[in-house]
Amino acid sequence: MAEQIIFYILAVIIAVFSIMAVTSKHIIRSATYLLFVLLGTAGLYLLLGYHYLFGVQIAVYAGGIMVLFIFAILLTNRPGEKVELERKDRRLVAGITSLVGLAFCGHIIYWNISKVYTYIVPAELKVQDIGHTLMGTNKYQYLLPFEFISILLLACIVGSLLIARKR
Amino acid sequence: MGDLFLNFMSGTVPIEAYIGVSLIMFFAGVYGFLSRKSLIMILVSVELMINAADINFVVFNRYLYPGQMEGFFFALFTIAIAACETAVAIAIIINIYRNWTSVEVGNLDEMKE
Repeated sequence: MAEQIIFYILAVIIAVFSIMAVTSKHIIRSATYLLFVLLGTAGLYLLLGYHYLFGVQIAVYAGGIMVLFIFAILLTNRPGEKVELERKDRRLVAGITSLVGLAFCGHIIYWNISKVYTYIVPAELKVQDIGHTLMGTNKYQYLLPFEFISILLLACIVGSLLIARKR
Repeated sequence: MGDLFLNFMSGTVPIEAYIGVSLIMFFAGVYGFLSRKSLIMILVSVELMINAADINFVVFNRYLYPGQMEGFFFALFTIAIAACETAVAIAIIINIYRNWTSVEVGNLDEMKE
């Protein structure tokens, strides 16, 4: 009961703020709405029992990426300036495209999802299991992708320094 | 009516409710990607789409394969890759702003100085 109520509150928050984030006229406001969407997503992870992913979502998305966005907006926008939208016909085409896609995917989900339905008891994923799986080298364990991610992060730090530095 | 409400509110949340939320988020991202001119807004829309894909991974893992952890780790790695992508993209945006003093896609018909 309580789970249902919390889920529907979060769902309404996510739906409303994600639409407001892409239609808002001020760019800093849409960044703030994006922050609310990310926090709502973190709440969904918590509801599903993935506590570690909840922490990662808050720390990396709501913490790190949002700070980058705010910095970029403050560096590239004059305050109070409204952003320009696309031409009206292009916006119409974009709206029709996304509505058609929404209807198509919604139709597929509505008619097919009951065939794969399984009810499960909500359980919690232990951090110990996550650590063993992340650091193991057997089948279904993820040491190699973990190391690739670390190399990717290093390359990305060096690359963005190289791109953004003053000549 | 009250009976229907009680049926609706008891038990766990159905899987299609989660997928519906991520569907709305994804197509909001598609709309923003196609209808905005600022590079930063396009990046915000891409973040929305990536986030919707993350929700799908996690929900499918929890509901269909609760004994395994593949969806969980895909979501984890996707978050890390999204952080990388955002950092590089914002570096490029700042560099573009320095050269053109604007981040609208309409002005960027040439990338070479």
